[in-house]
Amino acid sequence: MENQVLNIQNFSFYYGETQVLKDINLSIEKNRVTAIMGPSGCGKTTLIRAINRMHELTENTRTEGIIKLYNEDIFELDPITVRRKIGMVFQKPNPFPTMNIYDNVIAGYNLNGIKLKKSDKDIIVEDSLRKSALWDEVKDNLYKKGTFLSGGQQQRLCIARALAMKPEILLLDEPTSALDPKATSHIEELIKELRSYVTMLIVTHNMGQAARISNDAVFLYLGELVEHGKTKKLFTTPQDKRTEEYLTGKFG
Amino acid sequence: MNNELTQNIDINTDKISFLIKEKKIKSRIIKDKIFKYITIAGALFVSLILAYILFYVAKQGISSINWNFIIELPKPPGEFGGGVSNAIVGTLIMIALSVIIAVPLSIAIGVYLSEDRKTKLSYWVRTGLEILQGMPSISIGIVVYVWVVLQMGSFSALSGGIALAIMMLPVVAKSTEETLKMVPYSLKEASLALGVPYYKTILKVVVPSGLSGILTGILIAVARVAGETAPLLFTSFGNPFMNVNMMKPMNSLPLVIFNYASSPYKEWHSLAWGASFLLMVMILILNITAKIISRKWKIKF
Ligand SMILES: Nc1ncnc2c1ncn2[C@@H]1O[C@H](COP(=O)(O)OP(=O)(O)O)[C@@H](O)[C@H]1O
Ligand SMILES: [Mg+2]
Repeated sequence: MENQVLNIQNFSFYYGETQVLKDINLSIEKNRVTAIMGPSGCGKTTLIRAINRMHELTENTRTEGIIKLYNEDIFELDPITVRRKIGMVFQKPNPFPTMNIYDNVIAGYNLNGIKLKKSDKDIIVEDSLRKSALWDEVKDNLYKKGTFLSGGQQQRLCIARALAMKPEILLLDEPTSALDPKATSHIEELIKELRSYVTMLIVTHNMGQAARISNDAVFLYLGELVEHGKTKKLFTTPQDKRTEEYLTGKFG
Repeated sequence: MNNELTQNIDINTDKISFLIKEKKIKSRIIKDKIFKYITIAGALFVSLILAYILFYVAKQGISSINWNFIIELPKPPGEFGGGVSNAIVGTLIMIALSVIIAVPLSIAIGVYLSEDRKTKLSYWVRTGLEILQGMPSISIGIVVYVWVVLQMGSFSALSGGIALAIMMLPVVAKSTEETLKMVPYSLKEASLALGVPYYKTILKVVVPSGLSGILTGILIAVARVAGETAPLLFTSFGNPFMNVNMMKPMNSLPLVIFNYASSPYKEWHSLAWGASFLLMVMILILNITAKIISRKWKIKF
């Protein structure tokens, strides 16, 4: 499959001696949104943090298997390269408090010491803020601190910051769990829009949200990948009993 | 002073305990009140002492302060007037030296301690800093005398700056560590997830986020060492002439105070009071600036 962006093969993950992901196989196609679902503690965060090698910041972790970005195993690349190609949005919005909105968006370039012409920066900033549906709200306040924005705006700013790096994949770990319903629906709309630019993996607790925004869905249970398929199909005719039980609310 | 206070408390609680049998609730209210008054009295007492010191130094010193005091050199005993220009310049030079030496080193140590919180090395470094902070300043002076002055064969401003730097180091390192510990982990993650290497993340995200705390620590450390005399006695030594050569002995305000106040000459006593006043104003300004910076520039996470 040439459309395949990410290919996870026989992937296992250990915190010390404890295995929390068991022999995961998963392939992700270009420009699709994949929802990663499962009860709390089943390994959703662990899985997506491994995809851009953020788990290496945690001591005592070990992985087995391979994760291919196109044709390259990410564990054979430089982690810095991997993270520039695979962006991440966290549960709680985390704009840089020392920077204004403009600098927050372009931070990936500035912090890495990548020199750009001011006009190129302007284009990237505007483009990223438009894609993250924040441009109209902040275009007159680009030089104000990003921390003055509302929680939902801050999260969209973080999405803009990740998009500015033009990532192949965007990982989102429960990006709306710290937001109110209005901000949440705003972000959901945004994710639907972004499907044409970027491949996304989104961890969500909220089945409604998964149904609304994802093309594909993955169900993880106790570190195992139980089921993977089109969201519609997985929701209407789950193949595995555990998926069905999760969807009908048997375990939260 | 401490003893007096505790005695006061004892007497008062005795009085109260005798009332308790009668009206328990009432006595509790009174107890609360008395406790409150004691704390207020303590606070007032400290403020009074401070006000008295400030007032006394100002009263004694302000008459010596005029333009000549700032720009002239000290005169020999018996001659009227003269100033402490060499000491002002010396103090500024040696403080600058100590900042240049101590600040980069202390920030590096503070960063290390806040990053590697639980390693054996960080435990020992932390303990070492505490010991260094508690070390008598005169001992630091002697050590620098042996290490630097004897090696160079001469008293010098450089050795004075080194002695002051050793005194600043634990203060700045500790405040840097404490400040950086408050920087949320999520900011570091945000930066690393953008593909920013670890060292750039520390330098460009973590340290700038704690800048106001680090600056406050530096100012407080400067205020602390600006008035130090003991470490300068065997290092920069003092100098009746104007000197800006760092390899030569240099005067400083605390040395002027020490030398002139212990001299038998009246004119020199008034120079010492003037220098005390000047030093006091300098230190007050540093402390107030530190307060303003820590309040105004504080970043909310
Ligand atoms: N730093 C860690 N050290 C040890 N165990 C961890 C660590 N982080 C998570 N775990 C464990 O790994 C499992 C999966 O956690 P996580 O990936 O956060 O789950 P989810 O995101 O699905 O709620 C849980 O059992 C959790 O307790
Ligand atoms: Mg999680």
